[in-house]
Amino acid sequence: MNGAGPVIGFWALAALTLVAAGGVMVSRNLFHAVLFLIVSFVGIAGFFVLLSAEFLAMAQIVIYVGAISVLILFAVLLTPRAGRDNGETAVFPAAALLAVALAAVFLFVIYDADWATITSSPDVSVQAIGDALLDIWVVPFEIASVLLTAALVGAIMLVRTPEEEAEDALA
Amino acid sequence: MSALFLVTIGIENFLAVGALLFALGFAIALSKRNAIGVLMGVELMLNAVNLTLLTFSRFSPSDRPVAGATFVVFVITVAAAEAAVALALAVSVYRNRDTVDVDKINLLKS
Repeated sequence: MNGAGPVIGFWALAALTLVAAGGVMVSRNLFHAVLFLIVSFVGIAGFFVLLSAEFLAMAQIVIYVGAISVLILFAVLLTPRAGRDNGETAVFPAAALLAVALAAVFLFVIYDADWATITSSPDVSVQAIGDALLDIWVVPFEIASVLLTAALVGAIMLVRTPEEEAEDALA
Repeated sequence: MSALFLVTIGIENFLAVGALLFALGFAIALSKRNAIGVLMGVELMLNAVNLTLLTFSRFSPSDRPVAGATFVVFVITVAAAEAAVALALAVSVYRNRDTVDVDKINLLKS
């Protein structure tokens, strides 16, 4: 992948995504951490565009930036007395050490391995993904829809208050 | 390497961003005190994995090039379901214990 556009785009997106992810780590206010997380999601969507996966970039914006971020914001707002502190537990030094070791191993493998690569971009258009989902992967596709229904019902059941359960028992 | 390293973007660059993002999400998920903070780390890790999957899908020779993108669709679906249930659990725990601090949710501790 050469040319000024993709190269500048890549480094800008890499900086945006990683700095925003670092912001989730260092910001002391949970609300600010969520906002940094949204920026990081947008950066990932940019990477998807750079990788010629426009449909997935759109799905990333709609699902992560749109739905999951709002869900996390709702969870923050629904737990008002729990505090907005985004601090670390006592295991932070060990966790940081483990993460650095993990990153070191990953980076060593990534730069050491001789990856077999192609230059032309494969066809991952909306039509190709749609055909694949309803052809070869139709069974996983249906299972995913059952999983989503189960998660929806499960989430509603989990957040019901005892009063609401008593009302339903009477009905 | 050196100058060419900055002006040519290859599979290694994308994989490196994915690896660093995964490591950051890993550190966040392990070390945050607020349960919602832990969940944000998990979401970052899932995003890093999606980025890595799509990188391999874009750069690797394959008989079925659309497989990587399709798998990312499933990962996003499962991640959405996971986020909904995990946040419902956090709200449920908050209602019962008035906290989502993972240090204070220790009912099973003897």
